Amino acid sequence: MSIAATQKRSFGAFLWDYLTTVDHKKIAHLYLFGGGFFFLLGGLEAVVIRIQLIKPENDFISAGFYNEMITMHGTTMIFLAAMPIIIGLMNAAMPLQIGARDVAFPFLNALSFWLFLFGGLLLNISWFTGAPDAGWTSYASLALDSPGHGIDFYIAGLQIAGAGTLMGGINFLATIVNMRAPGMTYMRMPLFTWATFITSVLILFAFPALTINLFLLMFDRMFGTAFFDVALGGNTIIYQHLFWIFGHPEVYILILPLFGLFSDVFSTFSKKRLFGYTAMVFATMLIAFLGFMVWAHHMFTVGLGPVANSIFAVGTMAIAVPTGIKIFNWLATMWGGSVRINTAMLWSLGFIPSFTIGGMTGVMLGSAVADYQYHDTYFVVAHFHYVIVGGTVFGIFAGLHYWWPLMFGRILHEGMGKLTFWTFFIGFHLTFFIQHFLGLMGMPRRYWVFLEDQGLDLGNFISTIGAFFMSFGVIVFLINIIYTAVKGEKASADPWDGRTLEWATASSPPPYYNFKQLPLTRGLDPLWIEKREGNGKMTPAEPLGDIHMPNGSFTPFLMSLGFFIAGFGFIYQTDNSLWHIALFGGMAFALGCMIYRSIKDDHGYYIPKAELEREAD
Amino acid sequence: MKGWMGKIKALLVFSALALFLTACGKDNLTALVPKGYGAQSSMDLIILTTVVMSFVFLVVIIALVIVLMRYREKKGQEDYIPKQVEGNQALETVWTVIPIILVIIMAVPTILASFDLADNSGASKHLNVKVTGNQYWWHFDYENDEFQTSQDLYIPVGERVYLNMISSDVVHSFWVPSISGKLDVNPENTNTLYIEAYEEGVYWGKCAELCGPGHSLMDFKVIAVSKEEYEQWVADMKAVDPEEVPQDAVAAEGKELFEANGCMGCHAIGASPAQVGPNLTNYANRTTVAGVKEHSKDVLVQWILNPEQYKPGNLMTGKYPELSEDEADKIAEYLLQLDATDITPESAGK
Ligand code: HEC
Ligand SMILES: [Cu+2]
Repeated sequence: MSIAATQKRSFGAFLWDYLTTVDHKKIAHLYLFGGGFFFLLGGLEAVVIRIQLIKPENDFISAGFYNEMITMHGTTMIFLAAMPIIIGLMNAAMPLQIGARDVAFPFLNALSFWLFLFGGLLLNISWFTGAPDAGWTSYASLALDSPGHGIDFYIAGLQIAGAGTLMGGINFLATIVNMRAPGMTYMRMPLFTWATFITSVLILFAFPALTINLFLLMFDRMFGTAFFDVALGGNTIIYQHLFWIFGHPEVYILILPLFGLFSDVFSTFSKKRLFGYTAMVFATMLIAFLGFMVWAHHMFTVGLGPVANSIFAVGTMAIAVPTGIKIFNWLATMWGGSVRINTAMLWSLGFIPSFTIGGMTGVMLGSAVADYQYHDTYFVVAHFHYVIVGGTVFGIFAGLHYWWPLMFGRILHEGMGKLTFWTFFIGFHLTFFIQHFLGLMGMPRRYWVFLEDQGLDLGNFISTIGAFFMSFGVIVFLINIIYTAVKGEKASADPWDGRTLEWATASSPPPYYNFKQLPLTRGLDPLWIEKREGNGKMTPAEPLGDIHMPNGSFTPFLMSLGFFIAGFGFIYQTDNSLWHIALFGGMAFALGCMIYRSIKDDHGYYIPKAELEREAD
Repeated sequence: MKGWMGKIKALLVFSALALFLTACGKDNLTALVPKGYGAQSSMDLIILTTVVMSFVFLVVIIALVIVLMRYREKKGQEDYIPKQVEGNQALETVWTVIPIILVIIMAVPTILASFDLADNSGASKHLNVKVTGNQYWWHFDYENDEFQTSQDLYIPVGERVYLNMISSDVVHSFWVPSISGKLDVNPENTNTLYIEAYEEGVYWGKCAELCGPGHSLMDFKVIAVSKEEYEQWVADMKAVDPEEVPQDAVAAEGKELFEANGCMGCHAIGASPAQVGPNLTNYANRTTVAGVKEHSKDVLVQWILNPEQYKPGNLMTGKYPELSEDEADKIAEYLLQLDATDITPESAGK
């Protein structure tokens, strides 16, 4: 199992390795490429949408197909691109940042990934038979009204992928609570780890609301209940509540990890300690807490009444306070520092004005009466793209550039990185800034066409041009990945003069057991402390000894496959009861895998001390 | 650096465009030129929050620019280690307290306006219209006066009108940007929205909640006319005799075809209860065909022959016998002679 031996393997062995891996670093790769694939798919859908809207009353695609396009674009980007890529980054960095050898439950980690992938595939298979078309929110009245099986694919796909996410959240929580290396107290954890922790709490409490909501919708559509069927006494507004009780925390699930990441990046490339560390941690907690209190600001126009609207308006505006604290603390971190601007830092700097605009419009949307005009228009579309692209996607790019050496041992090409940044940055503002005005000028969102002579032509045209710029940037990034894989500069273990423990391993990428000896943390930014005050290396917290490692397993893949097959059974059993075979067969298969896993004793294996001694530092 | 030039240029272009487009926007459609009570309330808050938040944005940008100008890593000083600052109590307090104050400044007027716009206590003293949202058209029932229209909502200018809204199928949202912000039209409960137009005019309304393939074509109009004109219009509408046979021979034939082909089953003329499709009373004076298309005979004939070409997913397509062009022509002639009143969209002084 030495590193040299693993490099010369057949493709089959390589594939099998990834299919059975439980190593958090490889699972990170899987998440990144799985999420990356869906990101490209979602991006393609976005471009189709923008081409349809390049001119008034365009007929590039049909109305029904357009609704499928917007639904799949939103669902894909949120559930299958942004979240998995974020979870990939968490897998790549968080265990290393706390000085651990893996996550708490490596098997579960693999299961999370395969559930996500199979859920995502299931959802996308609907393209061949008719995709969901009720928007990514899939509001019950329309979702019940939608013919065909599109919505059923949405339900089954998200249910399976969502289960994976929930397990991932629990896994990260257990990891951070239990597996911090000696000396790594909570208040010495890097902000990215803190963000992972808080995000996992959000996942733990938010996803069950989604799960329940999807179950209710599923019963209504597949098994004849009437939770949301008004004609039979159901109520569709409950769907909206449940959706947003999940949905609002979800947007914080999408942004908080990147807040953590930006904190690390700003601090590293300014060569300064994070300004106001404690305030940053508590601001993150406060944002997460308030994030559960504001869901009804998505429902200001539902008619909940002035009391509810006022309470939720004030709560929403209040979130601006901790968010503001974070932005000013980032600026203060750079203030007085020695700011090095490379691509990771460019994305982070670009994030500040972009996200501030998103936050600004967020507060504006929080003013309930103003929202009566913004709601469900392009203003909202602009707003959430400013936070999700200007925050999450910028953050993902920053994270990829920052951690590429950690994950793949090479440094992404700087020139191409900068080209991607500038084209994407300019394209992004071109696409979305104008949409604020389109919304106020009377263009609702989810419109297949806008009419001629309504003053909306120019804005939409500009917006589409911007989308082409963004696509160009993404293509350059893909070329960059390939170029780097072939010819990229090899990275040392600590290429950025890092401050945190992920840069304190023996090499980039780290050996499969991460740390030969667990490091002793003496304060915030432990590696930095050792570089300034010690000998530049982490002091070991334990003598060299055998390392316990988990065995790889194919069971997570098979288990997910079982749910995938059962998914088809659920979807099609309304047409033909023969599909019950797939339903029960798939479930039985998954259950069988679980029983197998529970009964079979797998104690993992040990890397003997002697072998560790042989490997040079 | 070249990149910075690009950024500044882009910013300039954005601001210029932003200004240009703000000035633009179609009159009586854009929310940026409010002409009604609700739209004005929203606009006041839009302006307040924009000003406050722009101030915050400006502070952030200034700080960022200073950082980038003063604290970049300098050539030859790559080894320089800046002072490691932990934080600063005073500063952090400042950027906590000031935002709290700003939030209060925005929250108070928001709450006041929320209660004001939700105050329906005056409903009984004013005109009430029952609004029904349908996939993909709007129905207006003037309950007090016992007559109905679809797609074009006539109201007296300068007066509050209470709209009691419900959906017959999925959730829709009623939005006339120039007069009022939107309110959802739910299937399970009646939501009341009051509107008041400050000026006469034909205002564009749109459905703002995704409701199916025809969602983007679910437009309607609110036509605000003077009080006298409104009263005249009501009187005329109430006097409509649905049985009346048109004088014109072609139109009379059209009426027969209209009845023979099952159109009556879905479309009411006058006060019949049929409500599967829009009420066609006074059709000659409609602003548009099906809410979105030019109101001309050609378009109407085409609609009758094949509504799908104009509005995908509409609930009329395929529900009636196939018609010849000649038959459609006659029906169109009939519909275009349903002229109940002299009060037309033109009366609103468009
Ligand atoms: C199954 C019920 C149904 C039948 C039968 C039907 N229609 Fe319709 N019709 C509708 C609906 C629903 C709409 C609204 C379509 C939309 O805008 O989404 C409509 C719209 C219209 C409109 C446009 C109304 C407007 O507001 O401008 C006209 C005109 C019309 N129908 C004429 C006819 C004629 C003529 C016939 C008989 C040949 C007919 N309809 C038969 C349901 C029906
Ligand atoms: Cu609608």
